[in-house]
Amino acid sequence: MRIKCPVCGERDRREFYYQGDAIALQRPDADAGPAAWDDYLHNRDNIAGVIRDLWHHEAGCGAWLVVTRNTNTHEVLATVLARDVASKEALI
Amino acid sequence: MRFSGWQVLRQGLIGNKGWAPQWRTPDPKTEYDIVIIGGGGHGLSTAYYLAKEYGLKNIAVLEKGYLGGGNVGRNTTIVRANYYLPGNSEFYSHSLKLWENLEAELNYNVMLSQRGVIQIFHSDGQRDAAARRGNAMINQGDDAILLDREGLRKIVPYLDYDNARFPVYGGLLHPRGGTARHDAVAWGFARGADQHGVDLIQNCEVTGIDVENGRVRGVQTTRGPIRAKKVAMVAAGRSSQVAAMAGMRLPIESHVLQAFVTEGLKPAIDHVISFGMGHFYISQSDKGGLVFGGDLDFYASYASRGGLHRKEQVMQAAMTLMPMIGKARVLRSWGGIMDMTPDGSPIIDKTHIEGLFVNAGWCYGGFKAVPGSGKSFAHLLATGNHHDPAARFQLSRFKSGHLIDEEGTGAQHNLH
Repeated sequence: MRIKCPVCGERDRREFYYQGDAIALQRPDADAGPAAWDDYLHNRDNIAGVIRDLWHHEAGCGAWLVVTRNTNTHEVLATVLARDVASKEALI
Repeated sequence: MRFSGWQVLRQGLIGNKGWAPQWRTPDPKTEYDIVIIGGGGHGLSTAYYLAKEYGLKNIAVLEKGYLGGGNVGRNTTIVRANYYLPGNSEFYSHSLKLWENLEAELNYNVMLSQRGVIQIFHSDGQRDAAARRGNAMINQGDDAILLDREGLRKIVPYLDYDNARFPVYGGLLHPRGGTARHDAVAWGFARGADQHGVDLIQNCEVTGIDVENGRVRGVQTTRGPIRAKKVAMVAAGRSSQVAAMAGMRLPIESHVLQAFVTEGLKPAIDHVISFGMGHFYISQSDKGGLVFGGDLDFYASYASRGGLHRKEQVMQAAMTLMPMIGKARVLRSWGGIMDMTPDGSPIIDKTHIEGLFVNAGWCYGGFKAVPGSGKSFAHLLATGNHHDPAARFQLSRFKSGHLIDEEGTGAQHNLH
């Protein structure tokens, strides 16, 4: 699998660290309550198909990326900087 | 038919013409007391114990493919009870005791081989952790022997003891651990459940779960609707999709775990051995193939095949621990889909929907749990009460913070 880093271009998967679902960009407020935090930390849609997840270009430029990917085929459909996604969605 | 040495002899004399199919192939009825979604190891053992121990008769197991065609046929067949934390410790201890009597119980040769499981350690700190784990295992009533370097060398001479980066300091031996024939476990439970009147329905995919006023009423399937008083979801690998039919979102992320087997070799590796540094474990099958695996591929996946990066890492770990393996040739590799939970421990629980139960989240430890999980889940389904050995595997632990995080890696699904 190869991932196209918006900064560095297409690179081998081994350069990237996988964090998990891009739900990580939707951190609840500190006082949001246990139900919201339980959901955020633990529960996942876990779709068999197209998902958005969060990767770190650990052995490259160090950018955090939101990768749109198909979990059935491992096809990478889109890669954007997490910073841009977060500011666009005003979530952090 | 009761299987025995006499039967083998007799059938040999009559040209093997007397063998019959080991279970029926019934059409689904329109209604059951209990419908079990998933004909894998856990679903079949659940059905077996429900029928045998709890005397329930009107039960169906619905399997979208063929019996035992999922993860119970795709694992590395290891059976052990070497857990540390309360919750896991008593559960896997309970499961191992069931394993030890399984062949007599099922009248089926599951080829349980208690050849011993050895976890290697490579530093003083790891030795202390192994001693602590061994004491926890002994306190649980299981067995553990701490081997120093020379003690280990006597029984496992072929490791790279003086590896510059990861020298071998010793190992924690769990003598009652070992391997079993994975398919036979599924088949044995299937045959036993069928003999107790359970309908095993293959090629029957559940496409919907009917819920009315907070109560489960049955399921929709590719072979028509089936009413049920209770529905049990036991579809590890696809748990999230099944639960989504009931509007539930589970604490699970699915990951692919690869396994490998070499060509058949003469007996060389007598135990199950796990490397204490890179995640790598190995045993030798009765056919002679070296069966081994390593870490998850680490990214969420439903593809039953793995990436090359993990193959490379597993082979590196193998060469580091036992350089002799370099002479073996890998025949094939495959992947299975794991229900990874945020604490690495499973779920056996009721749900917020009356009559709907869930058994999921086995991460990559589901095979050894097959008898224990079935027994505990059957107890919950039949009585409505949690079975003591599995009482801590409740969904509510995530909300309350009572996680059972054996590896202490925190609430990230792929790190367990």
